[in-house]
Amino acid sequence: MSDQLSLQQGTASVEQRVAAIEAAFDARGMKPGEVVRELTHLAQEQWVPQNGARVVARAWTDPDFRRRLLANGRDAVAELGLALPRHHRHLVVLENTPTLQNVICCTLCSCTAFTIIGLPPDWYKDLEYRARVVRQSRTVLHEMGLDLAPEIEIRVWDTTADTRYMVLPVQPPGTISWSEEKLAALVTRDAMIGVARL
Amino acid sequence: MDGMHDLGGKQGFGPVRYTRNAQAFHAAWEVRVNGLYSLAVKLGIFNMDEYRHAIERMEPRHYLAASYYERSLTSLATLCVEKGVVTVGELEQRAHGHFPLAAPSAPGRTNVAGRERFVPGDRVRVRMDYVPGHVRMPGYIRGKTGVVVNESPVYPFPDAHAHAIEAADEPTYDVRFDAAELWPDSADAAFVHVGVFQSYLERVAPGA
Repeated sequence: MSDQLSLQQGTASVEQRVAAIEAAFDARGMKPGEVVRELTHLAQEQWVPQNGARVVARAWTDPDFRRRLLANGRDAVAELGLALPRHHRHLVVLENTPTLQNVICCTLCSCTAFTIIGLPPDWYKDLEYRARVVRQSRTVLHEMGLDLAPEIEIRVWDTTADTRYMVLPVQPPGTISWSEEKLAALVTRDAMIGVARL
Repeated sequence: MDGMHDLGGKQGFGPVRYTRNAQAFHAAWEVRVNGLYSLAVKLGIFNMDEYRHAIERMEPRHYLAASYYERSLTSLATLCVEKGVVTVGELEQRAHGHFPLAAPSAPGRTNVAGRERFVPGDRVRVRMDYVPGHVRMPGYIRGKTGVVVNESPVYPFPDAHAHAIEAADEPTYDVRFDAAELWPDSADAAFVHVGVFQSYLERVAPGA
């Protein structure tokens, strides 16, 4: 990925640079192998969109939970055994309606509520999404396959502090009597980012 | 700092390279970088504000060309060198080649004097501050006026926390801006909500 114009000749590959850091940590007794294994498990098995999907399905089926979730996301997701890292002190849940679409982004880096909605996808971290979605929201959503009627208001949430956001999508019509489990299977990470509707 | 990372509203970029169910990781080394930087944070070598700031300090051409996890790797290595965990010489010897790091940091700052408490509905203006060190105010809201919608719990003040400077924790305000005011005549209709630290805000007098 590196642009050879910007990196001097003889720059080590990223793989070599990662191995160098890991070896330096290992030489200092920091046990990188063990921690990398543990964090890899967390990243791939625990921090997954199915967490957020459970939250959404519960909010669709339990009006009291929905109220608690909108009032204090961090406390409400804890009821489902879900946690945020200590430095994410606030989880704000953004409720979509038929006439309102919330979209989240991070223009300065790539912050997300990753323990709840999963680690951010590649395109969320790319320069294009970060630069454009705040200014050309409707155009970008259209390009990504989400056509919104002109009367639908768009709110873009730029994650500039350690408050984290997730979008609560509108429950699809015709799913009212469905079980929580079946509903959760409908919910995608992209719908919780706000670039898709269900 | 007005760095290359401050991308919100920059023009000229093409379509988002969007695929459904896109992956977070594409290579084993990316997963390792994620684990290694998390380990460094866990061991207290640096905090998240220092980590973000070291990414921002990357040479702009390197920043733009690097993938997300190469930026993460560069920040991790830069901070480990700056904190005395390892020398760049050792890293380059182990990597069998040049190991590009981020540029040195400019001074940080503590909280702004005379911070005000706001409540939902207050009209606020983002101060016209030009900060050489770390700051979490995206350039596109500088000097702009918005409406407070909500208040978050207090957080460490990033402009100080990225530079090991003493500062009081402060709240962030969810401020709603109209895209038409941020980029007159050249934005899609929308509201843009930004989490703005108290130090970055001043009150707009009612009726002003």
